[in-house]
Amino acid sequence: MTRWIFTVLVMVALMLLAMVRLLKGPTSADRVVALDAINTLVVAAMIVLAVVFRQFIFVDVAIIYALLAFVGTLYIAKYLGGEL
Amino acid sequence: MILSTLIWISLVVGMTFNALGVIGILRFPDVYTRLHADTKATTFGSIFTSLAVVLYAGGEFLKDPEGQYETLALHTILAVVVLAFTNATSAHAIARAAHKRGHKPARAVCDRLEETAP
Repeated sequence: MTRWIFTVLVMVALMLLAMVRLLKGPTSADRVVALDAINTLVVAAMIVLAVVFRQFIFVDVAIIYALLAFVGTLYIAKYLGGEL
Repeated sequence: MILSTLIWISLVVGMTFNALGVIGILRFPDVYTRLHADTKATTFGSIFTSLAVVLYAGGEFLKDPEGQYETLALHTILAVVVLAFTNATSAHAIARAAHKRGHKPARAVCDRLEETAP
């Protein structure tokens, strides 16, 4: 059980590191890249948290989160490209 | 025992590649190289942490077939498939948007896409 909690803690630390680029990024495209990384890490961490808490519904939440984050990223990309 | 070792190895590989992706975001010089480091490394790392969950679910299913562990394994595989497709597509969309916005790669000497685009 300890290894799963350790994995989640490492991923949270990586999210905080990616947030440095999210706050600092010189251009808005860099911020979108950092946001995309954070979304992927959140999905992976949520799948591991399903094992930690023994709540398997977390995996379904992770699937929906991945799809909604994908739509959000596509909209931001369209906006940045001036197509919206 | 061997399953526990495999799970641990998968988790370590996944954490390592996620860390490499985030270090790439922090260290690379422009948006395209950051996207390159982030997308591939974090997708690969997330696949491996999810593989650890699938292995764990398989082991628990053999011990307790009534515990709904097959649901955990199948939904995790579905989440990984969704993650692989959406990450690749959104990376393409971000790179296209950055190019349309006029960001140049660092130390680039020519831009073939600009020459071919209408």
